[in-house]
Amino acid sequence: MRRPALAALAWLACMASVQAQEMPDRHMGAMPGMDHHGTPAASAPVDGHDPHASAAHDAMAMPADGHHPMPGATIPAQHRHVPATDHPSAPMHHDMGPMQGGSPPPHARDPDYSDGVRTPPMHGIDMAMGDDPRFATLHVDRLETVHASRGGGQQWEVQGGYGDSRDKLWLRSEGERSGGRLEAADIELLWQHAVAAFWDTRLGVRSDTGGGPGRQWVAFGVQGLAPYWFELEATGYVGPGGRTAARLRADYELLFTQRLVLQPELELNAYGKADPARGLGSGLSDVALGLRLRYEVRREVAPYVGGVWMRRFGGTAEHGRSGFEWQWVAGVRIRL
Amino acid sequence: MNQPSALPTAGLSRRRFVQGLAVGGVAAGLGLVRPARAQAGVQPPGVLAGTDFQLDVCRTQVNYTGRVRPATTVNGSLPGPLLRWKEGSTVTLRVTNHLRETTSIHWHGIVLPFDMDGVPGLSFDGIAPGETFTYRFDVRQSGTYWYHAHSHFQEQTGLFGALVIDSAGPERHVADRDYVVMLNDWTDEDPARIYTRLKKRSDYYNFHQPTVADFLRDAREQGLGEALAMRRMGNRMRMNPTDLADVGGAAYTYLMNGTAPAGNWTALFRPGERIRLRFINGSASTIFDVRIPGLTMTVVAADGQDVAPVPVDEFRISVAETYDVIVEPHEARAYTLFAQSIDRTGYARGTLAPREGLRADVPSMDARVWLGAQDMMGAMHAGSPLPPGEGSKVRASHDHHASPDPSPAGRGVNHARTEYGPSVDMRVDMPRTDLDDPGIGLRDNGRRVLTYADLRSLDPPSDRREPEREIELHLTGNMERFLWSFDGVPFSDALPIHFRKGERLRVVLVNDTMMNHPIHLHGMFSDLEDAEGNVLVRKHTINVQPAQRISYRVTADNPGRWAYHCHLLYHMEAGMFREVVVS
Repeated sequence: MRRPALAALAWLACMASVQAQEMPDRHMGAMPGMDHHGTPAASAPVDGHDPHASAAHDAMAMPADGHHPMPGATIPAQHRHVPATDHPSAPMHHDMGPMQGGSPPPHARDPDYSDGVRTPPMHGIDMAMGDDPRFATLHVDRLETVHASRGGGQQWEVQGGYGDSRDKLWLRSEGERSGGRLEAADIELLWQHAVAAFWDTRLGVRSDTGGGPGRQWVAFGVQGLAPYWFELEATGYVGPGGRTAARLRADYELLFTQRLVLQPELELNAYGKADPARGLGSGLSDVALGLRLRYEVRREVAPYVGGVWMRRFGGTAEHGRSGFEWQWVAGVRIRL
Repeated sequence: MNQPSALPTAGLSRRRFVQGLAVGGVAAGLGLVRPARAQAGVQPPGVLAGTDFQLDVCRTQVNYTGRVRPATTVNGSLPGPLLRWKEGSTVTLRVTNHLRETTSIHWHGIVLPFDMDGVPGLSFDGIAPGETFTYRFDVRQSGTYWYHAHSHFQEQTGLFGALVIDSAGPERHVADRDYVVMLNDWTDEDPARIYTRLKKRSDYYNFHQPTVADFLRDAREQGLGEALAMRRMGNRMRMNPTDLADVGGAAYTYLMNGTAPAGNWTALFRPGERIRLRFINGSASTIFDVRIPGLTMTVVAADGQDVAPVPVDEFRISVAETYDVIVEPHEARAYTLFAQSIDRTGYARGTLAPREGLRADVPSMDARVWLGAQDMMGAMHAGSPLPPGEGSKVRASHDHHASPDPSPAGRGVNHARTEYGPSVDMRVDMPRTDLDDPGIGLRDNGRRVLTYADLRSLDPPSDRREPEREIELHLTGNMERFLWSFDGVPFSDALPIHFRKGERLRVVLVNDTMMNHPIHLHGMFSDLEDAEGNVLVRKHTINVQPAQRISYRVTADNPGRWAYHCHLLYHMEAGMFREVVVS
């Protein structure tokens, strides 16, 4: 019972974080079927602050105190040209909708001004590629050599995608080699679909190879950009025989200059039940905290160096892998 | 913040890239620069006057940065030839397409029958390769306008030029000299590639993003709390405060009359003369701030329409706008025409001089200013949000629809139900209506800067009726995904907007984004109103500032199918476009 619940919980947690950030605040009514206050998932902190506060205040981000008398449609001259450094000093308690996300209130405007008029299809409308063209992308997020106390190796995380800004198909792979042999690798085929301004769902399959017998999974998750510019990704996996797994990732970019970027990254993996054949225990199997400093020679190409602190837990550590590990990494990030 | 950063373009020095080549321009024939052009300073594009014109659209090699690149030109020049028409005449323009792809020419700001408007898909099917299309229409207006392609990215690659229409009657503002100053943003890159890059990473060309060093400096100078506070809202909302332009100097070389800054386009004068400068922003994606240090510019026309003269030190010209100014230099010295881009990544520059070969100091670019609260929140910033009561009243006097305003804030903003999906990253509930705001980067800069509130058309509106109804449209986008739209609906998913023939209507635009959007309605003029509903000025392109609400009146007297769109080319391509049907 506990095992399948793990993946489901991961799913709920990330959906709740989406809701907390993107959904309307209380004044506007909660999402049908979604209880902001009741489920444990809804209070899962994702970016370090209370999701309730997020929904009611942060997502609105209303500045100023809101209690001043209001001067009418034209703002008095002394208020007009406020220097751009002017900023909101406190969240405003105003009965308004959130500035981002949410669902339309009942009185939302109808955008149809056509009066029923329909025009014939256009010929030669040279919107070059259409307003939402499909294109191919390649993200080599990590392609690196690893130096660690137990020896060296190589790691990669690569994904290629094709689609428009709402729907994309991704082929993704992540894995490691050491001593000239494949330690572990997985490959995923995922359909990514936009569900909110900053959030997408992903649905697909994953196949694990290396380091024991192969494993197949159905994958489902969300990814997106949380407030304060955290990139988040949460994926749950369900496989045959009641296997479940979850993967959570978060990263952030800190610009030292326009090209020198420090990227902290956190990844957690968990398994619903032990898989001794693959050296995996149940529960949280590993945590990796990486710090990579890259230099964007071009936007597309960025060599980097960094370090990764990795810890394997419980059953996984007992299955012959060391508990702690510090890795030095050097590689290149490519985005095409 | 003002330090130029290195460029993504390998092997090209920043200076060379931004400054361009002194001898740059259309490389005739074998890809060589014509010596005459190089030595004599770049000449203005040719002038064609009269009623019958042959225009040849062709692919031409140009060299502005040291690299020979293909451009799309009219009659081989970039910009295309200046066309000089006479009000009251009938013009015939035969446009022959020598390209391998469809082309078109749209006469921007000209009121004409819709099938002469030159928008493929709406006016006609475009001009196929090898074909000639004959435009013929009556010229019923005067002033400064321009023409440009409405096909693919041809406008970005050089297919544009100036239109000057002489008044049938006496000119209101006589001048001793008359120059067109055409500004544009040249890029060596393939614009289709620029578009794809923006789609993949919308800050691809932004090399002025907030850094750790900025934060430490602010923390040191203003305190940690302040440094955090000024970033809080943008960070919460995932809005980049440096998102002033999509492309900028990392890819653009800014040109004045087809001449890079190093080439120093020069206009001659004799001290004491009145000089009319017809500024046209023919850019694909760049808003400019224009000034001539040492000279007061008197704005006498906007978008071809005479306005009550306004003396200013500086004006912002959004994409596709035109401003005519008069200057009267009394000293026999050189003056710099300085047009810096809104994101301060480069400038176009030329010189007014008593003789060739002179130059004046070129000012350094202004500091880059981050987008602030009023650019995200509208009127809710600075502790002066508008009261529901008064806001509703102002709105009520506007609204002959007589529909009670259901918005809880009562500020007259009603978001469309289609604004709540992935295509919209923010909505402004209390937009500002401050037409007297010169905009980001120009506020309180110590100079007299033109604002829309200063503009008054001299000719009264041709239609004095009160609007019978109101159409509210929100300018929307998702910067992370580089999606742009009206009301959250991109063009490909949108129904046409119907204007009932003969009606006078009010269009309300609310900018739910952090970028400026120059909105252009084809075929009919837009009579811009102030917040109280008084008509100020007649324009063809209206720039809506971030988090701003603007309204204007339109008389639907020109039947047909018309384009209505943001004139930032990449926004238009990404969906900020509508068809307007007048029937």
